[in-house]
Amino acid sequence: MPKDGGIGASSKRREDVRFLTGQGNYTDDINQQGQTYAVFARSNVANGVIKSVDTSAAEAMPGVLAVFTGEDFVEVGGNPAGWYIESRDGTPMKEPKRPVLAHGKARHVGDAYAAVIAETLEQARDAAEAIDADIEELQAVATAEAALAEGATLVHDEIETNMVFDWGWIEDNRAATDEAIKNAPHVTTLELVNNRLVPNAMEPRASIGDYKPGTGDYTLHTTSQNPHLTRLLISAFVMGIPENKLTVIAPDVGGGFGSKIYHYGEEALVLAAAKKLGRPVKWTADRSESFLTDAHGRDHVTKIELATEEDGTFIAIRTETLANVGAYLSNFATVTPTFLHGTLMAGNYTVPHVYVNLKAVLTNTAPVDAYRGAGRPEATYSIERVIDKCARELNMDPIALRRKNFIKPDQFPYTTPVALEYDIGDYDAVMDKLEEIGDLAGFAKRRADSEARGKLRGLGVNSYIEACGIAPSNLVGVLGARVGLYDAATVRVNATGSLAVMVGAHSHGQGHETAFPQVVADMLGIDEGQIEIVHGDTSKIPFGMGTYGSRSLAVCGSAVVKATEKIINKAKKIAAHMLEASDADIELKDGQFTVAGTDKSVAWGEVALKAYVPHQFPIEDIEPGLEETAFYDPANFTYPSGAYACEVEVDPETGKVTIERFAAADDFGNVINPMIVEGQVHGGLGQGIGQALLENCTYDSDGQLLSASYMDYAMPRADDVPFYSVDHSSQTPCTHNPLGVKGCGEAGAIGSPPSVVNAVVDALQSGGHDVSHIDMPVSPSRVWAAMNK
Amino acid sequence: MYDFDFEKPSSIADAVAALATEDAQALGGGQTLIPTLKQRLASPSKLVSLTGIAEMQGVCDDGDAISVGGATVHADVAASGLIPALSDLAGNIGDPAVRNRGTIGGSLANNDPSACYPSAALGLGATITTNARSIAADDYFQGMFETALDEGEIITSVSFPKPQAANYQKFEQPASRFALVGVFVAKTAAGVRVAVTGAAEEGVHRWGAAEAALTANFSADAVPAAPSADGMISDLHGSSEYRAHLVAVLTRRAVAACA
Ligand SMILES: Cc1cc2nc3c(=O)[nH]c(=O)nc-3n(C[C@H](O)[C@H](O)[C@H](O)COP(=O)(O)OP(=O)(O)OC[C@H]3O[C@@H](n4cnc5c(N)ncnc54)[C@H](O)[C@@H]3O)c2cc1C
Repeated sequence: MPKDGGIGASSKRREDVRFLTGQGNYTDDINQQGQTYAVFARSNVANGVIKSVDTSAAEAMPGVLAVFTGEDFVEVGGNPAGWYIESRDGTPMKEPKRPVLAHGKARHVGDAYAAVIAETLEQARDAAEAIDADIEELQAVATAEAALAEGATLVHDEIETNMVFDWGWIEDNRAATDEAIKNAPHVTTLELVNNRLVPNAMEPRASIGDYKPGTGDYTLHTTSQNPHLTRLLISAFVMGIPENKLTVIAPDVGGGFGSKIYHYGEEALVLAAAKKLGRPVKWTADRSESFLTDAHGRDHVTKIELATEEDGTFIAIRTETLANVGAYLSNFATVTPTFLHGTLMAGNYTVPHVYVNLKAVLTNTAPVDAYRGAGRPEATYSIERVIDKCARELNMDPIALRRKNFIKPDQFPYTTPVALEYDIGDYDAVMDKLEEIGDLAGFAKRRADSEARGKLRGLGVNSYIEACGIAPSNLVGVLGARVGLYDAATVRVNATGSLAVMVGAHSHGQGHETAFPQVVADMLGIDEGQIEIVHGDTSKIPFGMGTYGSRSLAVCGSAVVKATEKIINKAKKIAAHMLEASDADIELKDGQFTVAGTDKSVAWGEVALKAYVPHQFPIEDIEPGLEETAFYDPANFTYPSGAYACEVEVDPETGKVTIERFAAADDFGNVINPMIVEGQVHGGLGQGIGQALLENCTYDSDGQLLSASYMDYAMPRADDVPFYSVDHSSQTPCTHNPLGVKGCGEAGAIGSPPSVVNAVVDALQSGGHDVSHIDMPVSPSRVWAAMNK
Repeated sequence: MYDFDFEKPSSIADAVAALATEDAQALGGGQTLIPTLKQRLASPSKLVSLTGIAEMQGVCDDGDAISVGGATVHADVAASGLIPALSDLAGNIGDPAVRNRGTIGGSLANNDPSACYPSAALGLGATITTNARSIAADDYFQGMFETALDEGEIITSVSFPKPQAANYQKFEQPASRFALVGVFVAKTAAGVRVAVTGAAEEGVHRWGAAEAALTANFSADAVPAAPSADGMISDLHGSSEYRAHLVAVLTRRAVAACA
């Protein structure tokens, strides 16, 4: 029987009522008294010397209140990278300054060098066009390879190289891995590209800065996944506004996928402008600005080698990767390709030797940073593609090859050669489940049916593992993180027994407003409807690190559990007092506090009321009120894993790929709301399929973005994806957080691209085409070219 | 957008008069023009909406031909069914919002090299009627975004002869879902016409070799090998060789579908 409330129930997403009826409150929906509008002047060239910016004509235009240029921000700080990385030789990473507005040089198309504030949006637009900038175009570098070439233009002259770091993980593994590969009986080599993606959140970025001269208080409404982090960056690094004078509010946010983790210059600009004018300043990106300036995702070029015994036993994995980080280091740009990628390079397997080399490279393109999956899709894709190729070379069944090398349940906790300690998992169980829900046994028949219709059919299978719930602060501190990665929750019981739960996590589509109350309701034995989640406002919530890396429930949810435990402890004391018993004898069940073994009890609501109307209250022993805060810092990452199967049909005449079936079996540990989990998986699969088949962020060699609108950037649409079979009944609960949960937000996007490409290669091979790899997106033209090479 | 004046006349004569203003521009469904204005890539002094002109609306059966008013939306052509291939084509343009706004006149005036309608007009040997004259489709299309229309001239109707058989095959560009390549094949008493859109730098054009072969033998097997890739478009979504290849594949499929 499915439960109808609490942990494990598919409670309907309460937030959807407002989202689906147009009642959401997004940043651009907010209009303040006296509001003005900001429009940015952005570079048309990818690399250019800003010789002069003449703003006089713009300033004289109707409605214009102020014009800012890079000159106005030379005194303030830069937007920093959040993670320090050392190169293999011990040298520190290069950290060029990322200013609020470009100064001296424009470094990518869309780099803002000036901003106009006017009474109306149209006036600001007109004036932005009237800014006369003399920008001398220089040769640009658009790819990591081009940027590392001899004599390549420097993106930042002052650091004298385009290489941010040359990282080895783990450097001590290098010699042994090289040796193992040299001596291995079989080595499979694959060169591949993890295609660059534009995040495409439905809601574009938007910010409103406000400043109250009377108090000196600033408020920033902004599209953020982590308002406290944004405030910290603005206060401590960029603008120097004291944290106690800055409130950051991220109201409803229409999707982020990583792109709204980061602080962007536009946020600083609207605050500076609000201060100068004493009026609110709003900026909302148009879709073109989103394409040009949201932090992009992926963009790796990798060579991976997998060494095996003749029987398929894995011996070693070695990768060399160039990661294009764009023109400036975005906040997570240095950790994403390193610790979120290299540490996962053992996959779900026992591989004695693993060595990862990664060079992060600056180019004249938009900054690249974490995007749904963040590093882990890149790792999974490389591993699972090379295993598939290896299976073909060894003439082994790809599932059997994987199973042969899986880490087995009795090996946990398992420390990989790339330094993660997987706490728990059962990869065979998940693969068994996949074979069942995907009806893999029926594939041969389905292939025959496709062939009878003149189509090629392929089956692609893969496993994945991810490290989520980031992260133990002590561990990441050692590895170079400049922040902690705990989270926080405050549970406030109201006098009438309802609750407000203030959380550091931020929901921008995930469903926290529904799932978090399920946890609290379950613990207290009361109705979910009595519990409200408050998030996204630094003046209301405790200091939390926000939502990314599938961390909300595993980390912030654990803080909610801890705070609720404190509430229960105190409530029991109050109940004990009311019942004239000892608190050790009080039991809480179904919202009733009972003296064990008696029928003496008080209800939850009576205890709450007592806390706030403390008549005849033992003031010496118990404080009035019922409100508790907890911070939770995880002991380890969580390790969701899964096995995915994709079946495609390929039209041999046109190369068009259609996905006929897709099955996803995941182990997310315990599941709080199965419906929300399924929705998260569906969304992730859609994004992964988008990457595999359709999405392609491409710059030309001059650094012009060729895929700068939906006319050329293909997003997955409903008819591009099949009806999914999704299962998450294989559950090995996380061993170190109180809920036993692992996180599910990124899985679909991490696990699905290799299964799609594996399936396409399988289909082509079945048609007699000697094709071992096609880079994503596996578009019709690429498939046709591969078949006809 | 920049500022502009707006007029919505109810007769062709008033529309022509309104368009005499310097830098005035006709507005059909706005599906191409409005996004262009929003991006500030055009700055007409005045927009003259053609959608209020009753005589430019609707599809009517003229016996051997059908006539479509210049301001008729794609959805109406899709619903008419008088020439099934033409209705199918219209029913696969964009999405419902586009089909209920976008007009045949706007599409033909714009002559986007990836648009669908131009291939039907050329493939069926349509006649494009304007406020001033009638133009045969063979003379009307003059290269990418180029047509025989003069400044201020408006398409008031389009007459399509009914074919013995016809079919349109569209292979969608994955992002825009315009035609990466589209082929319109029509079998008429005067012979077979094959019009290709999406593929070539010259825009919509007829594939003469296929027409000759199919006029002699109207079967998929008769379709010649792919045309030369010279002059075909090469971009993010497909090389010129790929497009040339698709021209032949789609022509075969269109012929097969006519049977
Ligand atoms: C999302 C989307 C998807 C689309 N997909 C497709 C597709 O798959 N296939 C396809 O073929 N098209 C597609 N289109 C284009 C669509 O068909 C447009 O409707 C068409 O290109 C322009 O028609 P319109 O009536 O909107 O013209 P407008 O945008 O109003 O005008 C376009 C141009 O034509 C001029 N004009 C308009 N009417 C006349 C007239 N009667 N006489 C003279 N000049 C005139 C205007 O001055 C302007 O220069 C798509 C458009 C969108 C937005």
